[in-house]
Amino acid sequence: MDETDRLLINSLQGNFPISDQPYLEVAQQLGISEDDLLSRLQTMLDNHTLTRFGPMYDIQKLGGSFSLCAIRVPVERFEEVTEIVNAFPEVAHNYERDHEFNMWYVLATESPEQIIQTNQAIAARTGLKVYNMPKIQEFFVGLHFQA
Amino acid sequence: MDELDRKIITATQAGLPLVKKPYAAIAEQLGIDSETVKLRLQQMLDKGQIRRIGAVPNHYKLGYKANAMSVWNVPDDKIKELGDQLGALPFVSHCYERPRFLPEWPYNLFAMLHGKSREEVADKVQQVVELLGEYCAGYELLYSKQILKKTGLRLKAKD
Repeated sequence: MDETDRLLINSLQGNFPISDQPYLEVAQQLGISEDDLLSRLQTMLDNHTLTRFGPMYDIQKLGGSFSLCAIRVPVERFEEVTEIVNAFPEVAHNYERDHEFNMWYVLATESPEQIIQTNQAIAARTGLKVYNMPKIQEFFVGLHFQA
Repeated sequence: MDELDRKIITATQAGLPLVKKPYAAIAEQLGIDSETVKLRLQQMLDKGQIRRIGAVPNHYKLGYKANAMSVWNVPDDKIKELGDQLGALPFVSHCYERPRFLPEWPYNLFAMLHGKSREEVADKVQQVVELLGEYCAGYELLYSKQILKKTGLRLKAKD
């Protein structure tokens, strides 16, 4: 990653044009060639410096239900419970965290009822209490990571 | 969202094509014209269904290795004001109000904090403590230990 890559990352985290030749527009603003821009983006995607390049959708605004849920998993059962929880296709993310509430997963379903049903099934299969913590209000989502 | 939006979303949610005319390429793939693709994307952007269009950096690769979910107990009648202030801090990526579960979970304000080290995050936590002042009745930091599953939030294509 060189200075031009850093400039690209820092200046391209939003406002990509919706025009016929958007890469050309951006390249001209940055003072590089369109081909150079395209090849740098490809390289940074290939080496996972970028996870994606394109529109970031707010899936919740497009329909569907999401919820962050937590379980206090006894340490000796952690592996077994992970297997049970991850097996549900509705579980989109699952993170282990350094806390008594040590398992945090996100459910993504087509309807709010399915959030409740999936959590009931997870509670039944694991025998553990599930804490359903859907967002009540969103204050901010975003962040400019400085490269 | 209609069927055409859905098609455009499923064609672009993994990324835009890295070709000189990306919207024309999507249009061709979907058998529609590129003006329609651009118009629909602009409309979804205006409605907030698209948050932004651009690069999504891998923050681990950029050196942001300390990522903590910070959780705060603040008065319900102050949460909007405090949440907006917290969300405006440059190192906060997501900031939400979520339900408490008393007595075991008293926290109602969640903010993801990112730093290059835990020391850097600790310094940021201190800034939040100062910002919330007397309204903070307690907080905790939950560092991620491992990703157990990550398939991402994707809209399913309809047959």
